[in-house]
Amino acid sequence: MAEAVTDQAPVVIIGSGLAGYTLAREIRKRDASQPLMMITADDGASYSKPMLSTGFTKGKTADELVQADAGAMAEQLNMEIRTHTRVTGIDPGAHNVLIGDERLHYRQLVLAWGADVIRLPDAVSGSLAVSSINDLEDYRRFRQRLGGHRRVILLGAGLIGCEYANDLRNGGYDVTVVAPSEQVMPGLLPEVAASAVQAALEAEGVTFHLGVAAEAVREEGEAVQVHLNDGAMLQGDVVVSAVGLRPRTRLAADASLAVNQGILTDRLMATSVPDVYALGDCAEVEGHVLMYVMPLMASARALAATLTGEPTPVQWGAMPVVVKTPCCPVAVVPPELTEDGVWEAEREGNNVRAVYRSGTGALLGFALTGDRVIEKQALAREVPPVLTPSVAR
Amino acid sequence: MKKWQCVVCGFIYDEAEGWPEDGIAPGTAWEDVPEDWECPDCGVGKEDFEMIEIS
Repeated sequence: MAEAVTDQAPVVIIGSGLAGYTLAREIRKRDASQPLMMITADDGASYSKPMLSTGFTKGKTADELVQADAGAMAEQLNMEIRTHTRVTGIDPGAHNVLIGDERLHYRQLVLAWGADVIRLPDAVSGSLAVSSINDLEDYRRFRQRLGGHRRVILLGAGLIGCEYANDLRNGGYDVTVVAPSEQVMPGLLPEVAASAVQAALEAEGVTFHLGVAAEAVREEGEAVQVHLNDGAMLQGDVVVSAVGLRPRTRLAADASLAVNQGILTDRLMATSVPDVYALGDCAEVEGHVLMYVMPLMASARALAATLTGEPTPVQWGAMPVVVKTPCCPVAVVPPELTEDGVWEAEREGNNVRAVYRSGTGALLGFALTGDRVIEKQALAREVPPVLTPSVAR
Repeated sequence: MKKWQCVVCGFIYDEAEGWPEDGIAPGTAWEDVPEDWECPDCGVGKEDFEMIEIS
């Protein structure tokens, strides 16, 4: 028989990113005394991950991106924080988190441990010259490695690749972007909007090699060579891989939680196992993996209500994704892949207004660039919500 | 006059200064900022701002 769970057992949150800390803050707004514990493999510093791609533009170092250290957060949130601690397993039957031989009892457990960077083949990602940036520690190492060098080669032209390209250019670096796609931000932007962003970045001095992939990275003394699959070779000083993220699911799967692309949850963020919840980049909420800030914040608020005794399904309206490319700002609501429709676009210079409409004229998505982003809120009100409000009974 | 900070990106809304770019006049109290106003830097809503002490 499972050990009895007392009310004194803490709500345990694994992960100290935006998801973990936002949840703790929202719980504390509702309940000052419920024991809370956070376990993190990092140093527990509170920082905002989206800001990692704005450091040069805003003139902030890694240290300056820290909002508060773990000690200050523990005090502020009346929560025990175990830093530099890696969870090794979960025993949901016993309500235990495993840290090596240690067993920690939880009342409810929240998995908020984020996503892993996708690695390229070893010939590329195996090179010590290649950095990927997924947390503040990575960012600190990257800034150190950058040192006095000038030439950065970015692998990947997605949202993060484009944000870094713009930010590094603002920092005065020579930036070259390499990606196998034919356009920037494929899957997120229609071609017309992507070409506007690319043109704006090119006007800033960023060089693009699209439609080709990096095959191998070789260190040559201080310099780095990136060999492309069309036979070309690029010379640089530092290489950054920004080819995407994948929800962390392994420990959940090991504990027999249902996983697909992410850890499967319903709209209460409840996983397939009682008293275990998943939040943020690691979660797949009713089929949606949305690794963006707005869905995360809405989910954290709903889950805080649920965990303090008021079960609250999350509602997601249309949530525009904002791409922080200051030379050509972007706001986009990508249409669901299952929706049939056509793009209609107006373009003037790098200012684009593209709307995706169904056969009956309903607005299903949009992409705005440049000075057209001002229409974001007006259009977002017309787009159907991602997760509709529950039907009143 | 108080200041409010976006918990996501650190942007600060200063009641004394308002945010004239979005038509919010200097001196506008936080509760009078429109509910659908969004953080100019990162796009989250009013509920993701917290009041901060002014030193």
